[in-house]
Amino acid sequence: MAIYLLRRLGLAVITLFLLSVIIFFAGQVLPGNPARAILGPLSAESAVRALDHQLGVDRPLLTQYTSWITGLFHGNLGESYQYQSPVAPLLRAALVNSAKLGAFALVVIIPLGILGGVIAALYAGRPGDRIITLTGSSAAALPEFVTGIVVIVIFSVGLKLLPFPPQIQAGASFFGQLRALILPAIPLVFVLFGYIARMARAGTIEALESDYVRTATLKGLTRVAVIYRHVLRNSLLPTIAVIATQTGYLIGGLVVVERLFNYQGIGNLIFHAATAKDFPMLEAAVLTIGVVYMVATVGADVLTTVLNPRLRSEAAQ
Amino acid sequence: MTEAVAMPGGVVASDAERRDLPAWRLLLARPTFVVGALILLFWIACALFGTAIAPHDPLAQQLLGTNRPPSGAHWFGTDQLGRDVLSRVIVGAQSILIVAPLATVVGTVLGTALGLALGYFGGAVDLVVSRIVEAVLALPAILIIFMFVVALGVSTITQILVIGFIFTPLIARTVRSAVQVERQLDYLPAARLVGDRSFRIMFVEILPNVLPTVVVEFTVRLGYAIFTVATLAFLGFGPQLSTPDWGTDISANYALLGAGYWWETLFPALAIASLIIAINLVADAIDRVVAG
Repeated sequence: MAIYLLRRLGLAVITLFLLSVIIFFAGQVLPGNPARAILGPLSAESAVRALDHQLGVDRPLLTQYTSWITGLFHGNLGESYQYQSPVAPLLRAALVNSAKLGAFALVVIIPLGILGGVIAALYAGRPGDRIITLTGSSAAALPEFVTGIVVIVIFSVGLKLLPFPPQIQAGASFFGQLRALILPAIPLVFVLFGYIARMARAGTIEALESDYVRTATLKGLTRVAVIYRHVLRNSLLPTIAVIATQTGYLIGGLVVVERLFNYQGIGNLIFHAATAKDFPMLEAAVLTIGVVYMVATVGADVLTTVLNPRLRSEAAQ
Repeated sequence: MTEAVAMPGGVVASDAERRDLPAWRLLLARPTFVVGALILLFWIACALFGTAIAPHDPLAQQLLGTNRPPSGAHWFGTDQLGRDVLSRVIVGAQSILIVAPLATVVGTVLGTALGLALGYFGGAVDLVVSRIVEAVLALPAILIIFMFVVALGVSTITQILVIGFIFTPLIARTVRSAVQVERQLDYLPAARLVGDRSFRIMFVEILPNVLPTVVVEFTVRLGYAIFTVATLAFLGFGPQLSTPDWGTDISANYALLGAGYWWETLFPALAIASLIIAINLVADAIDRVVAG
């Protein structure tokens, strides 16, 4: 078990290293130099060269990469070209906002997806199952901004229930903040619903076909008791573990959703950094997403292994 | 066919009959395929003959008739420059139906070649390449594509290549596992005994047998490509503003949703949705027919 964990962590570290290289070099291909971007097109060539030197972007690539990585390990994420201030506080604020939105979406989607999946499993092969499965897979295939627009048109323009763009007043209450999160969360819910429902459906069907469920039914338990006590307990824990692997989709969706709703999270931050060619900001933000994603995936793997005795013994070998 | 032999006589016959039908007959027997294909053909027709079908010039501005709601003259209303939304939706099919399929072709050709090589040779190369693939896949694909498009600049060619390259490892992974199944079969040692070279074995012997997998992968990826191209355009990395394009038009007009001008964004959004769902219906039908 410990060896499995170490190997999993080792692979995660190698992946993150490769990722940092990819991100760093993707940033380097950007045309135009940062000093020129900061100083504007009319500034003197000598001033541009001086600022390039001050920023350190006239050094060899390898030196720049190592000093960037060393900085990261010391908690120094660099200085944003765009705002002329350290990246870390800006990134932290955006991350907190995104975490709020992501957490809210997950709190809604996990029970909803599981409920959908369990209902689909109980009516497997019948119209109810087909409707849930088809809705889930179609909703997941649509871009978040498309579902977002449909949701805005219905709830904001049509029914006038929620304002667009949603605004959080300074010092808004907890529920006031939640209200502003409802619209942006719906497209994220759409993206994940199909996957979670499919997982819950498969797990429930497997449990329904098992010997212990047959025994429970034969010994005279009511259907409700069988489902509640025997089926759900066995099918849901693995499903929840699998959900963590889906954070990647959630984060990919955040970039687009935050843009559509002008929500000040990490997605919007990445968008502005990319269009302003603000490498330190862009690289730090994308790498942060990589780390969050990696932690979630490794966590999900470990959780799945711990929860499933069969995998546990396999991993130990 | 081999697994059918063990079944009772009647089943074998009907099974064999079904399998003798050409693939297109099996596809047409599926209502989901027919619906998907019809929607897809509609958009392809719009892409090819859009300017002839469109009731108005999609570029013509009418500054006295901006932001008009849907009416008899303009079924889908007009946008903030007074351009006819219906005409822009019809002609807008063109840009996305050029970029997405070409990107998918690039990804499928490269991915199939890479997958054939990885599956056929295996060993150390397979191990190293698989690790790099994992690293690329550690981020949401849309984020990586976004970064590269920002870095390399917005042009049709860049978009096609970037999306194609990011799809390559994904397709390679699927093709590789199909090739590994083929490797167990007797015809490969036979081909080697006859003295065929690796290149010939991969492309002449194995490729035809994994082709169904490649076709399914192509259709599924095409849906993702539409998703990606539309999303990039929404983020501001699509064709130039005046060119009719669904994602770009949404990007230019969605801020006006707050003012109640819903038609300028809803109709292009529904167009994207219908195209993606159509491709998914077709992909699902092909997958089921291939799987038998």
